[in-house]
Amino acid sequence: MTMAETVAGASTPLLELRKVSCRFGARPDLAARIAIALGAAKPFPIIHALDKVDLTIRKGEVLGLVGESGCGKSTLGRIAAGILPPSEGQVFWKGEDRATLRGSRQRDADLEAQMIFQNPMAALNPRMTVEKLVAEAPGIHGLIKGSTGSYVDDYLTKAGFDPAMKKRLPHQFSGGQRARVNIARALAVQPDFLVCDESVAALDVSIQAQILNLFMDLREQLDLTYLFVSHDLGVVEHISDRVAIMYLGRVIEEAPVAEIFSRPNHPYTQQLLAEVPRIRPGKRRFAAMKGELPSPLNPPKGCHFHPRCPHAHDRCRIEVPQKREIAPGHISACHLNDKQAV
Amino acid sequence: MTALLEVRNLVTEFPGEAGNGLRAVDDVSFRLGRGEVLGLVGESGSGKSVTGFSIMGLVDWPGRVAGGQILFDGEDIARADEETRRSLRGRRIAMVFQDPMMTLNPVLRIGTQMTEALHAHERMSATAARERARDALGLVGIPSPEERLDAYPHQFSGGMRQRVAIAIALLHRPDLIIADEPTTALDVTIQAQIISEFQKLTEDQGTAVIWITHDLAIVSGLADRIAVMYGGRIVETGNIEDVLVAPKHPYTHGLIRSVPSQNSRGHRLAQIPGVTPSLARMPEGCAFRTRCERATDACTARPGRFGDVLAYHRCFHPHEEALV
Repeated sequence: MTMAETVAGASTPLLELRKVSCRFGARPDLAARIAIALGAAKPFPIIHALDKVDLTIRKGEVLGLVGESGCGKSTLGRIAAGILPPSEGQVFWKGEDRATLRGSRQRDADLEAQMIFQNPMAALNPRMTVEKLVAEAPGIHGLIKGSTGSYVDDYLTKAGFDPAMKKRLPHQFSGGQRARVNIARALAVQPDFLVCDESVAALDVSIQAQILNLFMDLREQLDLTYLFVSHDLGVVEHISDRVAIMYLGRVIEEAPVAEIFSRPNHPYTQQLLAEVPRIRPGKRRFAAMKGELPSPLNPPKGCHFHPRCPHAHDRCRIEVPQKREIAPGHISACHLNDKQAV
Repeated sequence: MTALLEVRNLVTEFPGEAGNGLRAVDDVSFRLGRGEVLGLVGESGSGKSVTGFSIMGLVDWPGRVAGGQILFDGEDIARADEETRRSLRGRRIAMVFQDPMMTLNPVLRIGTQMTEALHAHERMSATAARERARDALGLVGIPSPEERLDAYPHQFSGGMRQRVAIAIALLHRPDLIIADEPTTALDVTIQAQIISEFQKLTEDQGTAVIWITHDLAIVSGLADRIAVMYGGRIVETGNIEDVLVAPKHPYTHGLIRSVPSQNSRGHRLAQIPGVTPSLARMPEGCAFRTRCERATDACTARPGRFGDVLAYHRCFHPHEEALV
């Protein structure tokens, strides 16, 4: 059975986000609330990190999540991993609403989704040995049946890390080895789903290739599902089955990887993919998309992309474009698609 | 015609723990013509940045340029006194760093910093300097440059700060710009903007560029020539097309094939085993031999340069055929 059939055969998605929004902002205290109500103070600024995002991840697939810094892709990754509750909307884990889970069911859901962070040094306690780092979580949750030593060795080996070095501290290792310790640590609680937030961004090219290969091997061995958050289009193109493109808190396009790279629909996706640096001998002009990502404190009305879009018309400035399926499995949110349909 | 820059057998050393010198740059030679773009590629610790610092004369004590020549416009600047170096630095050779906050003083307005750089090398009135600064900001694509001169660095976004850094580097229309990973910290879209501005300006002014990066893809579209560094040495250099199509050194070969792309989708990436050894533990002979599948006993001897200064490699068992 190929990967595509497995994916299509699964009935309930592993993870489903429905109209998930996330806002960050200081909570005004009583005095501030009175001052704001009286007009003596301005309301506190609120960052709209996510705005009614729908996203489905099926068992066994690798979903690539792409966007510029500040577009909310890390926030989405954290919500998917269950370490950040959404401000609004629902997160369904294996068909159950995560907010309603209690007790052991909640604990299991938390363990089943793990996150691998961008900066391996920040994610590892500098005073704990590799062995303690990997053994801590499974020990607390009672997942270790035999000896702790062999359990740790097993997971370190899976992550391609030599168990002979497990008594050392994180600072004694190179970036690639630290990345492996982080992976071993995430795997040690036996998750089904990994959220990789820019997990290879800080690594050198040759080490990055090793870690990407490791991710692919682990997926086969342990039947893992990935949400792969990255700004590196080459990496996403390499590893993903499906790709979702984010812009300023919204998912604007979603499609299988071959489809999105060959037939990008949204003007933002088209311009973004045109920028993918490829090894292609021959000098070329670097053409540039104009402007920068607007501030999420004050996002533009209507389609968030309209100030930078070459095709923007009046409707884009007022109305938020709805998502529509323009080809099987290819979803895009752009008003231009309505025009072509009429 | 003499080359604008010719680096001959450059060695830059830092003292090691055992009192021996650690060679961060080891016998590096290359030549750069006027208006030419050289991509200096390597992974962390390969010595690419230190090569840039050595040319700028910015290697801090206890590190030092221990040997070789740096011929800039025919004159050896490796041994020049501080006054000569200073008159070159910023005026004829400029540098753009990865983190623009390293170049910019956070407590001074952009305008102050730009006019300061102008006054360091030229006598001019404050008004004239301000006008030059304003024009330079406009050139790198900063909207309303007149007002932005009065802004502080923290009021700019990362991409805009890098534009300011580039504007400062271009103020004196230098002959050579050393760009050390100037777009690594930026988003793809902003990266494309910066490269496009940079490309336009350096071509207009006929500036030669050394673009230091780990990203082969950027270099492939930007550079005329490429030099690949490993363990402090240039292991391969040549025309960009020759090297990318038919890399000779196994390291270059492996590096190109380990970059993920549309062709690698669904397959395992070719990977170079192991990690870059630290300078203190660099193997004898060819530095790459411990990770190389083609290594033999012959590799314990130090490979010399095979080829001339414009196109050479350092490998006893080079790849002969082109990459598929």
